[in-house]
Formats: sequence, structure tokens, C-alpha cells
Amino acid sequence: MKWDISDIKDWGPGRHELGAMIPEAGNARLYKTGGWRTNRPVRDDDKCTQCLFCYFFCPDSSVIVEGQKVVDFDYEHCKGCGICAEECPADCIAMIAEIEFRRPTE
Amino acid sequence: MSTATKLMAVTGNQAVALAMKQLNPDVVAAYPITPQTDVVQTFSQYVADGVVKAEFVTVESEHSAMSACIGSAAAGARTMTATSSAGFALMWEMLFIAASMRLPIVMTTVNRTLSGPINIHCDHSDSMGGRDTGWIQIYNEDAQEAYDATVMGFSIAEHADVRLPLMNMYDGFIISGAIGPLRPLSDDEVQAFVGDAPAYPSLLQPDSPVTFGPFDGLHGWYFEHKVAQNRAMEAALPVIQATYDRFAELTGRQYNHLMTYDMDDAEVALVVIGSAAGTARSVQATLRAQGIKVGIIKPRTFRPFPSAEFAQALSGVKAVGVMDRADSFGAQGGPLYLEVLAALYQRGVQAKSVNFVYGLGGRDLYPNNIEDAIRTLKDAADGADLPQSRIYLNLKGE
Repeated sequence: MKWDISDIKDWGPGRHELGAMIPEAGNARLYKTGGWRTNRPVRDDDKCTQCLFCYFFCPDSSVIVEGQKVVDFDYEHCKGCGICAEECPADCIAMIAEIEFRRPTE
Repeated sequence: MSTATKLMAVTGNQAVALAMKQLNPDVVAAYPITPQTDVVQTFSQYVADGVVKAEFVTVESEHSAMSACIGSAAAGARTMTATSSAGFALMWEMLFIAASMRLPIVMTTVNRTLSGPINIHCDHSDSMGGRDTGWIQIYNEDAQEAYDATVMGFSIAEHADVRLPLMNMYDGFIISGAIGPLRPLSDDEVQAFVGDAPAYPSLLQPDSPVTFGPFDGLHGWYFEHKVAQNRAMEAALPVIQATYDRFAELTGRQYNHLMTYDMDDAEVALVVIGSAAGTARSVQATLRAQGIKVGIIKPRTFRPFPSAEFAQALSGVKAVGVMDRADSFGAQGGPLYLEVLAALYQRGVQAKSVNFVYGLGGRDLYPNNIEDAIRTLKDAADGADLPQSRIYLNLKGE
């Protein structure tokens, strides 16, 4: 089913599903968890061998693969755990502090 | 009216195990503890003998027993368990989860005290301590009531207006282990009464997947869910009475939230839960013959609390004594007393009142203890003052 929660901010006790049940599958992707991240994975495409280890090891399905090749990370959901960088045989993923990307440029 | 009129002599625990067999639930997950043990021991024999279809889950603790029940009920299976005392306490965390996930589990709680000093005997401190877990609570006087309440459990818990877990209580040893009369229903009558479990959204339905037990800490609808739970409790009150009434049509045994005995002309009243109500009635008969107009109220439904019924039943008395078999340390009185007082105060019912605390850790309650209590109430009705503190019945050394 498609669960319409567009006005959920205004729902009173009678509107919710019993027991806080969620009557829809797969909507966890609507919950953006990227803000939890303190370190951001950055891939060096020149060193990458496209072994796809990062894709298989990522616990949050945040490695984006197109045409059997890693193309990017899903930064809206990646929590920065660093498993991809740890497992990468080519050592092509660096974990860089988020602050580096947010520091205002002069 | 029921066609099964065979009278059996059974213990309270055997009576409840028989009701569980006749209900034939899908899952029973339980851990043994005195004095509940032979409920699940007897039921596990039914499973071993193949006379029930239930999956019997042997677990390593009561926390696990209730957790398994929650998983089972969330998967849509009709689920039962039983416990007592420390086992009940170990379930504590999961009792709240079962209620807040709105899972219609039916549990037998054979009342036994909580330690310490370590003690295995009856009082109501286990289930009374759990009165705010969100479970419906029904207290039973004897094996027949415990059997009947078990048969009625799912009809209340699964009702669409309710969808809450339900626990049935009876007194450890006094009822659980003592042999008394039981007039059971036939298997067919029980099955016809309980009917098929109504479908509700559950796990293991691949075509309509759902999530149970999500995190609510960031978005903030916890408050609304708690209010919904409380409204379900309010809705349970008429559903319980309707179930009692439907059961009476089948058996002739009429139950009410409050069972009242000679309250119509009562000048003083004694409120007493569980097996002690039987002793109280025998004393009542003796004192009535001596001209003391004493009525007795035996509450069966404790959660939800039948406040209006209490106010109505006690509106004409001059003095009421409320007997608690559990104490609430540091409070003004035991849990039943405080609830009764609140019901009377809010509805403007004026009566002198006092709390009698009795039977802790299995301390015997003799007829002369109840006679003393009733005479104290009679003196109050005639003008004497009642103490603001508890009166302890059959306490040593005082």
C-alpha cells in the first residue's frame, strides 16, 4: 500500500496505526540519515579497480553502482562508518572529515 | 445453556491448563515458576500427547517468554503464557512492549509475593505492581472463575475496539494448588465461544509487509500512541461486560466488573479481591444474622478500573473498608484502596474509609480478622473515627 503521511504532523491519537505499526514497506529511504556522518568517504577513480567490494560491504546500501561500476556514494544515507575504506583492496577510498567540506572558502 | 454439566475436582492450575487446551492457541511460550509451574507443565504434556496444535516454546527466562510471545502475536498467532512473582517481574520491560504494540496476548498470573525476604506464598504484589503496564487485569476468586476468565480472554483482548493484552489472576497455592470444584464447558462450546482469531495486520504476510516496533524518538508521536492506548482501555470496559454477558448466556454464570453481595441495604461495605472474598462472605453471613448490615464488593475487573461502578455501588454506605493484599510503600495505602478513594472523591460520594492490608507473603487471613474489620467499620458508621493509616490484619507483635 501507499501510506499517505503528508499531514502526519497534525495527526491525533485516533489517526495512527495501532501500536505504531508502519503499514508500508521500503519507506526507510525517505529517512535521510546522512546528517549523522562525521567522516565522508571519497573515492579516487584513477586508483579504483571496480572490484565492487565497497558495494558488497556497505551496510546501508549507500554505494551507487551503474553498469556494474561504482559511480558515487549516496550521501543522503551514508553514515560514514568507513567500512568501505577499510575493505577497499586498492586503498582508493579516503575518509575525510565533514568539516573540510563545510569550511567556508575565502 | 451449557450441555456439559460434568463436575470435576481440580486445582486452579489444572482448571486453567484445561481452558488453554480447549482454546487450542497457536503458540505458548513460557518458563516455569512456583506456583504457576503446573499450568505450563500440564499444557506441555498436552503438546507432547498431540492433543493440541500449539507450538510450545521453551525459553531461558520470563523476559524471553514474553519476548517470544510478542514475536508470535506480531506474526498473527494466538498466543498465551503464564507466570508468577519474580517471573512476572523479569517480564516487566516486555509487558509494556506487548501492550504498546497492541498485541492481544492472554496470560495467566498466579499471584505470588515478590522477594524479599524470599517467600513463595500468595499476595498480589506481582500483578498489582504491573497495573500500569497497559494490560487488562481480571482478578478471580476460585478455580471456576479462573477457568471461565481464561475462556473469555481472547474475546476481550482481540476485540477491534480493544486490541490489548490481558492477564488473569488467581491466588497462588490457595487456588492454584488446592482442589476445588470445576464445571467446564465442552471443547466445542469453548471453540464456538472464542471463534476464529480476527485478522489484523501482522508479520508473515508477504503481500502486505508491515513494520512492528519502530523508533519514535525523533519525530515525536509517542504521546499520541500512549493516549490511544488509554482510550483502548476505556473502550475495553463495555467490551469486557459484553463478554461477561455473552458467557452468562452460555453458562448461566453471570460476571460483572464488581460482584456485589448484599449491597442493597448495606450500611458498611468491605471491598476484597480474590480468594479472600469467599472467607469474607462467610463472615458476612454470620454478622448479618447478628443484625450488622454489611455488604461485600469483589472487584473482578481492575484494569480498566470501573470507577463509576464503584461510586454507584458505594453511594449509600456510611463506611467502607478496602482490603489490599499488596502494599504501596510510602503511599497513603494499597493500590486498590487508593483507586477506590479516587473514584469516590471524584464523584462526590461521601463515606468514611479505611485501608486493611492483609495476607502479605501468604499470611493467613482468618474469619475473626475479617470480623474485626467489619466491626471496626460498623463502629465508624455509628460515629467512631477511623485511622488515616492502614490497619494491618493478623500482624504479629501488635
